[in-house]
Amino acid sequence: MPSTNQPSDVTHQYLRVKKKFPNVWCAGCGIGVVMGSIIRAVDAVGYSRDEVVLVSGIGCSSRLPVYCDFNTLHTTHGRALAFATGVKLAKQSLKVMVITGDGDGLAIGGNHFIHACRRNIDITTVLINNQIYGMTGGQFSPTTPRGAYASTAPYGNDEKAFDPTALAKAAGASYVARGTVYHVQQMDKLIIGGLRKKGFALIEVISNCHTYYGRLNKEGDAVAMLEVMKKRALPAKAAGSLPPEKLKDKFLTGVLWDVEMPEYCEEYQKLIDGFKKEKEE
Amino acid sequence: MTGMATSTRKLMQGNEACVQGALYAGCRFFGGYPITPSTEIAEGLARQLPRYGGHFIQMEDEIASIAAVIGASLTGVKAMTATSGPGFSLMQENIGYAYMAEVPCVIINVQRGGPSTGLPTKVAQADTMQARYGTHGDYYAIAVAPASVRECFEQTVKAFNYAERFRTPVIVLTDEVIGHMREMVTIPEPGELEVIARPKPDMPPEWYQHFEITPTLVSPMAAMGEGYRYHTTGLTHDQAGFPTAVPEEIRQKLDKLKYKIVRFADELIQLDAEMMDDAGICLFAYGISARAARQAMYMAREKRIRVGMIRPITIWPFPDEKLREMLEHVRRVVVVELNQGQLIHEIERVAPRTCKIINQTRYDGEIINPVEIYKRILEVK
Repeated sequence: MPSTNQPSDVTHQYLRVKKKFPNVWCAGCGIGVVMGSIIRAVDAVGYSRDEVVLVSGIGCSSRLPVYCDFNTLHTTHGRALAFATGVKLAKQSLKVMVITGDGDGLAIGGNHFIHACRRNIDITTVLINNQIYGMTGGQFSPTTPRGAYASTAPYGNDEKAFDPTALAKAAGASYVARGTVYHVQQMDKLIIGGLRKKGFALIEVISNCHTYYGRLNKEGDAVAMLEVMKKRALPAKAAGSLPPEKLKDKFLTGVLWDVEMPEYCEEYQKLIDGFKKEKEE
Repeated sequence: MTGMATSTRKLMQGNEACVQGALYAGCRFFGGYPITPSTEIAEGLARQLPRYGGHFIQMEDEIASIAAVIGASLTGVKAMTATSGPGFSLMQENIGYAYMAEVPCVIINVQRGGPSTGLPTKVAQADTMQARYGTHGDYYAIAVAPASVRECFEQTVKAFNYAERFRTPVIVLTDEVIGHMREMVTIPEPGELEVIARPKPDMPPEWYQHFEITPTLVSPMAAMGEGYRYHTTGLTHDQAGFPTAVPEEIRQKLDKLKYKIVRFADELIQLDAEMMDDAGICLFAYGISARAARQAMYMAREKRIRVGMIRPITIWPFPDEKLREMLEHVRRVVVVELNQGQLIHEIERVAPRTCKIINQTRYDGEIINPVEIYKRILEVK
């Protein structure tokens, strides 16, 4: 049976199949699901693989680019957005995406995160939020909920968690969305929306780390965690009409913020064009 | 508008000369963060780069600045940053990334007193060893130390040439005094000074390896978006750029970083020697201190004391071989530095055993005075 239009065929076309597999992720990890989604989104938008740049920092999620047949840049911990800013500004024809995690993007990379939002530079950022540091062995992160257990929070986490979408919106991003690794088709659409947006786009993807977070917090295996995700996710569009008690323990998904604002590189280009014109005259 | 296109003789600061040198070399990207005493470099390039179709960006900190510079360089653009001690410290991790990922870039460090916040407006030459060993791991650094405003121009051009030729970060160590001092500089015509571009691949993408081991050990470098689609990582990697844990490949990578510089050190060594033919005493000084040392040498020569001077312009790689030859018949070396004694250890390493090594240092935020050095010559002769 011909199956050229199957989604899995699309993803396989973009993988560095011979070179890098098997991957580093635990069986059942949500990051691979996000990788499929990113590839389908790039394919759907119609970007050529030569013009796409995937930039990442350090951590489980940041290992994603190496498997993809794009221009891939695996940088230092927390700095992906700063490297990506240089790439985008120096060569604006490139379609720059940043793949980061909750630790990489919001703790060590928090400063770069808010400033990339503020500049509204045309970078599509996928922040895979599994609420814990996976690669280093389950330490608490800026999105670990208060009271949750982690290897460095053996008595429960005392700190309040960040909401990356609220942070991005407040800092000046022009497109903010949230999806989960359970709602894959929605995630595809949210990333497509981010890629089409001229400006800084953040797509937070709620993912599962059953190896550490699930085990330490007795949330079960990958499937059990996906089921919790399914139960807790609430489409933002539906949330408005619901009474507050129905929103308890829920998180909103979908496009949360989408506005038109001047994009940093375009504004800079106007300056260059102005000087060029001046010279010609 | 002042541009590089017109050959002009102009009174300018060292920091301005770095700006002009960068433009002359073809630098088209600057990422930086404000820090005294380097700010004039950022200010100058903020003004000039958009006029050349280039980009200036003020980042949120020095870590981000060097990151943006590396990102820009990977798109095929000559890129740089400028900073001072505290910012140079913050940049170290990503400078290490540039060594590992072999990304050409230039970092100008207009030195001030330290450690920590130290002396923001006062001079020092105390980052000499940091320029060599600042980031973790094994690597070989290139650093140059201009001693005049004109040299700020020339050495910035050279720094870009070295960076592109060797696919590596290059550090320009100036200091607060040279950065702010004004001297006449004739800006060379385009073509007058050599300007080098990085080696580009001439093979089809399917044969391309981003870290291929070539006879020069420097690999051709494709820019992002040209169809070569390589992987760049700070993880130790194989020739294709993919992470490796194979001992043989790890050794090969670190050898590449070392020998691409060590084997071709002759191309890098710049060294000035004056009156060394009959010298029993050698003054060894670099950067701003060399100016006082030269004056002291003349004072001594007037008194018929046989003093010569060696001034390395390239301080890393250190000119081991040349110095071994030049110091063969020297009885005393006086090492003049604005720190508690840094390059003196390199001299101790290469000088013959018969040679006595004396330091003449100052680290109180002031430049060294020729008379101080002259007095030391009289003491040790």
